[in-house]
Amino acid sequence: MERSKILEVKDLAISFKTFEGEVSAVRGVTFDLHKGETLAIVGESGSGKSVSTKAINRILPKKNTFIRSGEIIFENKDLLKISEKEMQGIRGKDIAMIFQDPMTSLNPTMKIGRQIAESIIIHQHENKENAIKRAVDLLDMVGIKNPERSSNLYPHQFSGGMRQRVMIAMALACHPKIIIADEPTTALDVTIQAQILDLMNELKNKLDTSILFITHDLGVVAQMADRVAVMYAGKIIEIGTVDEIFYNPQHPYTWGLLASIPTTDLEEHDLYNINGTPPNLLHVPKGDPFAPRNDYALEIDFEEEPEMFKVSETHYAATWLLHPDAPKVTPPKEVMRRKEKFLNLKMREVI
Amino acid sequence: MAAQNKKVILSVRNLKQYFNEGKKNEVRAINNISFDIYKGETLGLVGESGSGKSTTGRAILKLSDITSGSITFNNHDITRIDGRKNTLKFRKSMQMIFQDPYASLNPKVSVMDIIGGALDVHKMTNSRKERTERVYELLEIVGLSREYASRYPKEFSGGQCQRVGIARALAVEPDFIIADEAISALDVSIQAQVVNLLKSLKRSKDLTYLFIAHDLSMVKYISDRIAVMNAGRILELASSDELYRIPLHPYTESLLSAIPTPYPDDERNRQRIYYDKKYHTYEDETKVRLNEIAPGHYIYCHEDEISSYIKKYKQLNKK
Repeated sequence: MERSKILEVKDLAISFKTFEGEVSAVRGVTFDLHKGETLAIVGESGSGKSVSTKAINRILPKKNTFIRSGEIIFENKDLLKISEKEMQGIRGKDIAMIFQDPMTSLNPTMKIGRQIAESIIIHQHENKENAIKRAVDLLDMVGIKNPERSSNLYPHQFSGGMRQRVMIAMALACHPKIIIADEPTTALDVTIQAQILDLMNELKNKLDTSILFITHDLGVVAQMADRVAVMYAGKIIEIGTVDEIFYNPQHPYTWGLLASIPTTDLEEHDLYNINGTPPNLLHVPKGDPFAPRNDYALEIDFEEEPEMFKVSETHYAATWLLHPDAPKVTPPKEVMRRKEKFLNLKMREVI
Repeated sequence: MAAQNKKVILSVRNLKQYFNEGKKNEVRAINNISFDIYKGETLGLVGESGSGKSTTGRAILKLSDITSGSITFNNHDITRIDGRKNTLKFRKSMQMIFQDPYASLNPKVSVMDIIGGALDVHKMTNSRKERTERVYELLEIVGLSREYASRYPKEFSGGQCQRVGIARALAVEPDFIIADEAISALDVSIQAQVVNLLKSLKRSKDLTYLFIAHDLSMVKYISDRIAVMNAGRILELASSDELYRIPLHPYTESLLSAIPTPYPDDERNRQRIYYDKKYHTYEDETKVRLNEIAPGHYIYCHEDEISSYIKKYKQLNKK
């Protein structure tokens, strides 16, 4: 199923200037987003997942951010090169964002309806009356009961889940081509999370929007994503379809992530854990930054950073274990179970 | 494990905690709950925000004045504890690990004094040297090197801060620890580290935990028994294995069906169960209580519903 590319990020590198020195938050990230797909970006805090997506909408603080290299191509334009004025025409219109904390990202002194209408007035040059009408329709679409009355309420009168629905309505207001959702359900209860995720999936299918979904919750990824990119220390270390990442992972970091979640059928044993903590990107270590935490590290991991090795047309991973000369290793038990499942899935496809 | 042979360490009976009592905006945060915690076990307490799970934790710690009911800890009614000496003694035996590892450590105090401070309050060491040695020992127990003693909280990552918080709780050698969302702020790989640490400490120090959380998969992994709370009530209480295998209450079912699992293949074919509040709005509340459906498996229901739950239990247990 080959679909047209809507966004291309090429070799993006971003660093921040701090009192202690320069922090290389993103160190060369490349990925494509296809039309109508959900690409999930997963990683721990500090892995650079939020920074690389904020760069797309150019909402990083100007004062201390440096784009070291890279291009972000959207509709034949490099978003890093166009003027701020031009960017204002794209931000919120073609590329919308949904943030983690709906309370701090809504204006507490403005009625819900007006907040949604604002972007319709600016981007689609509607008059106020029509814009408010559209806002009410949008509230209805995201499942808010009694939309007319709700549009006259203030954010504090809504619960967390309702506010997140308002955020989604706001993001959808101008029929965006891309929605960037940065941990949109992390602050919500599981039952509310389930509702919001269902809503996002339903709207995506209906409107054929592309979603860039940033999260650290692998359960949410399994439910939402078509493809998954795993980030570590400012780089994508593995990318593939959701089945390839969950059932045929290649990178030891991905193994570690999958094996450290408690599964439903457990015996009495300790959880697999990745030792240590992520590296400080103020001083990027020599070699593969994951090597010190990697139970499967080879000597070369401490010398040279691995490049992306191809596993399939859609699946790439940056680990020396994929080099033809690398020794064979046995992944954690949980990963082996998953790999068996992958074979079954493939068999089913053939039949 | 037969529950009868085990010693009850904490017993909660008919606990009620109302806020703004008698006023228009009365909130029944805890609405008549009863449960026991046995020595050496981990009881998981799950529920959505506003279900009353943290309020329960606070009530047990004697951080709030309860409206009615009783809380008995080691055979002492904690609501009757008064005077500085007795309160201190109680606080020494019960400790808490908090959700936000940064907010719960004083940023201006070194790790040595954060942990040492707990020792000072209870006069647990006799000399400066002994205090220092004890702090080093505690740091090692939670997997931090002793060089960290001279550092400040801001120099640590979230997982390391949480370890300092655990060391501080352990310093006074408690019997019972309440962990309120102790791992929810941490990254996945760090969560696993902290959970493994808590589990091994429980074995080596014979601790009892009340583990309050909304992340059901981790709760299952760490708990022996789990209580599910909603709107100030315990709706289901069972061993953690049984709660997941044979969930009886519709609310538990809906909660379990909402957890996304890390298996894309299962996620694609998943059926969600939605919970209808009418399941626990009863006209006559006198006959509604926590009933034992099977050994150790309790459901909040009306007398008339017991037989249908028993039937459901038998059906699900066969599978």
